[in-house]
Amino acid sequence: MKMRLLSLACAALCAVVAVLPGQARAADTIKVGILHSLSGTMAISETTLKDAMLMLIADQNAKGGLLGKKLEPVVVDPASNWPLFAEKARELLQKDKVDVVFGCWTSVSRKSVLPVFEELNGLLFYPVQYEGEESSRNVFYTGAAPNQQAIPAVEYLMSEEGGGAERWVLLGTDYVYPRTTNKILRAFLHSKGVSDADIMENYTPFGHSDWQTIVADVKSFASAGKKTAVVSTINGDANVPFYKELGNQGISAETIPVVAFSVGEEELAGLDTAPLVGHLAAWNYFMSVDTPENKDFIANWHKYIKNPKRVTNDPMEAHYIGFNMWVQAVEQAGTTDVDAVRQAMYGQKVPNLTGGIAVMNVNHHLSKPVLIGEIQPDGQFQVVWQTDDVVVGDAWSDFIPESAKLTADWTFPWVCGNCEKPRFGDQKPAGL
Amino acid sequence: MIAVTLRALFCLLVAWPLLAASGQAVADDLEALVAGLGSNSFAEKARAIDAIAASGDPRAAAILEALVDGDLQTRRDDDRMVIAEAKGRTYVLRDPLSGAEIGEAGRAELRPIIINNRLRGQLRGAIGGLTLLSPDPGRRASAADAVFVTRDPELLPVLDKALARESEGWVRDRLERAAAATRLAAAEDPAARIAAARTLAHYADQDVRSLLTASSQSEQDADAREAIAAALGQVETRLALWGVLANVFQGISLGSVLLLAAVGLAITFGVMGVINMAHGEMVMLGAYTTFVIQQLVLAYAPDWLNWSVLIAIPAAFVVAGGIGILIEQSIIRFLYGRPLETLLATWGLSLILQQTVRTIFGPSNREVISPSWMSGAIEISGGLTLTYNRIWIIVFSLIVFTLLIVLMRRSGFGLRIRAVTQNRRMAGAMGIRTGRVDAMTFGLGSGIAGIAGVALSQIDNVSPNLGQGYIIDSFMVVVFGGVGNLMGTLVGAFSLGLVNKFLEPYSGAVLGKIFVLVAIILFIQKRPQGIFAPKGRAAET
Repeated sequence: MKMRLLSLACAALCAVVAVLPGQARAADTIKVGILHSLSGTMAISETTLKDAMLMLIADQNAKGGLLGKKLEPVVVDPASNWPLFAEKARELLQKDKVDVVFGCWTSVSRKSVLPVFEELNGLLFYPVQYEGEESSRNVFYTGAAPNQQAIPAVEYLMSEEGGGAERWVLLGTDYVYPRTTNKILRAFLHSKGVSDADIMENYTPFGHSDWQTIVADVKSFASAGKKTAVVSTINGDANVPFYKELGNQGISAETIPVVAFSVGEEELAGLDTAPLVGHLAAWNYFMSVDTPENKDFIANWHKYIKNPKRVTNDPMEAHYIGFNMWVQAVEQAGTTDVDAVRQAMYGQKVPNLTGGIAVMNVNHHLSKPVLIGEIQPDGQFQVVWQTDDVVVGDAWSDFIPESAKLTADWTFPWVCGNCEKPRFGDQKPAGL
Repeated sequence: MIAVTLRALFCLLVAWPLLAASGQAVADDLEALVAGLGSNSFAEKARAIDAIAASGDPRAAAILEALVDGDLQTRRDDDRMVIAEAKGRTYVLRDPLSGAEIGEAGRAELRPIIINNRLRGQLRGAIGGLTLLSPDPGRRASAADAVFVTRDPELLPVLDKALARESEGWVRDRLERAAAATRLAAAEDPAARIAAARTLAHYADQDVRSLLTASSQSEQDADAREAIAAALGQVETRLALWGVLANVFQGISLGSVLLLAAVGLAITFGVMGVINMAHGEMVMLGAYTTFVIQQLVLAYAPDWLNWSVLIAIPAAFVVAGGIGILIEQSIIRFLYGRPLETLLATWGLSLILQQTVRTIFGPSNREVISPSWMSGAIEISGGLTLTYNRIWIIVFSLIVFTLLIVLMRRSGFGLRIRAVTQNRRMAGAMGIRTGRVDAMTFGLGSGIAGIAGVALSQIDNVSPNLGQGYIIDSFMVVVFGGVGNLMGTLVGAFSLGLVNKFLEPYSGAVLGKIFVLVAIILFIQKRPQGIFAPKGRAAET
């Protein structure tokens, strides 16, 4: 009985504490939710993004805030626990009443919060490269779609400049992103005349640490008389032992180049990169790119985080672009109302940190340049190839037959993320 | 396009009078070519590299090596090309042609010359051609390997010259391989190609297999095709044999990692019966101790960096062991005989430890530098590469295990541990301070987990999650081997390692793990006491 009273009292107190500041401050601040894991396996990648968001918000406040109000960050920790992502998202939208949320890293966490954002009509900015095959009304995807990362990287390795690879090893962690990406890549390779005998696919669990057999298998697969390249969608912690094994077994980038889609500056930070020089990564941003915007961004980051050795990476740039677009859209709409901001987002332009202008398209994906970099001894990437212009992100891959038919376009007359025909056909709304 | 042509024309105009004057000409010619390396286009750089390699200048090899190592840079303020060598925080600059020192510069003042994989391959081939006659046998051998890759027929005379004067057997071997590969690819006479294929049949490595496969497809001559196919068959048989050996080595290596991770648990769980879910975090603390020691060594005695791992071993034992004793004294001793509560308490503890480390060191991985004696590999043959870090970890795990066995069986401390676990009340009656022995035993198990962390820092991520990956495997090994039996842990670890590695090529890593888990569950159903059952009265209690 005593226990019950106590918990009742606690619940009441919690409710009061939760409601009070919300009501008191709702009027004079704009709330920005940050939904990144600060503990658990994904903390390694996501904590940096939380810090990057706090920096962007602090900068905006220093510039005088937004619509005459201060921005107020609301940070929650979903602890790398996928169902908890959905709970925390609900908490942000219903309890804290945030106006926008920046967050998620893994595709499974995004899939977990998606129904919540659609039900409550929230707004999520998702900053990580991903497998595509999705376009939600309530999500803006500021990371790369497969046609902005995976396909150009494979094309580069096929070209004479990239070594003219004819045989392909697709290594990945066993979950939705690598499996979907490899499905698209296999279809793409088929379209380029590569037979199934020249493709090897292998999946490993999260955090896999014993790569001896797989690396030896790759070596023997590569000894069939054709130039072989490895496409890695290995995610998270497993990359470090993988690259160590590559280095120790003497697989050099000249013989078997490895191109990775989930390895950036942050992942290389725990690694001696001398034996890995020349292995590749494809992103829309590298820290080493020499532009004034990037220089400012890095200097700002070092000042904010008070550590001149910290690196910047692609998802940070995605948040930078996404946040600035949202700020511009809110200023144009004059309100933070989700429906108004969504309309104002289309065509929004923000300069990339690597040069050129990023544009938000009606399929909720960005137009961004694609860069391919080689690992250097100092743990940075050196750009060896890049697209001449920005590439429009494709929500549905052209290489999967059932997806190629689908269109994502959230403006009239389509107003749909996965339709074969416009929802409103030729009929015009009254008054137009 | 016009700019490029103009520039080429300009270069030609500038170079022309210099070319005409001999003597001085070679040096200036090289200077012009080296300047070509600074171009922005990869194609132009490629042309410059070929020209430098063909110039016959004795300095060419050094310049190309500087380029491939990333030491060839341009100074930002005057665009002068220099060779930069790191010296502490700054770089010493030398002129690439004369080799004279021309000052120092910080990193920001220099811009490296960018190369890509294609140029890197071209450079290695060019350097190989230039260093085939080097006085250093190591360089001759790597030159031969580079020529094996490029198979440039123009290098055949140099190869033959190098072979004629080669005195070291193992370098000769590599040179013959390179010469045979070049002849197989380029010889006009089918008989020469057949001879080359026969020479290559004596080698058993993936590169030779790759070459033979490719040429068997393109060969026109019937006899030569047959010879190549026969050679390929020989190489493949030998490779398959080496493959089995490689599997055994990988199995033993995985087993040694499992043994290291599990042996501490064999004490805390096996001997004491404490279900210690925080065991993995002790491993993690050991790995972080290695990192801290390395940072200290870097700061105070950089010359000792290669040995910081060895210094870390006792330090990790003390840190993890100390924390283990603290945990035993503050939590576990109140929970003896209540396995469920112990499980929950140590699980919570493991989360606390992880988050503490995350708060102190940050969530990202920490870099533990591998000492030079642990990097790289010995190539027993082309089909079998043994990496040094794995070899050292096998040796290390066996040493730790042997020491532990000696401690348990031959020392007074071991005797007291066994007395307390077999019959606590009797041991107490004989004057043994059982509480103290418990604390020391738990500390010993934790300390050994810490030592395991030192070894694992060499092959895995040093991150707060390091321990999580090993906790389930460790329990599996201890239960499979027989709870309370150290020998069982040894046998259990190595048999699980071998089974895993022989399954993996067929089933993939994910399914392989599942198979092993199911097999262990079935095994435990049949034989709950594990491989080695405890004997005597202790078994009944």
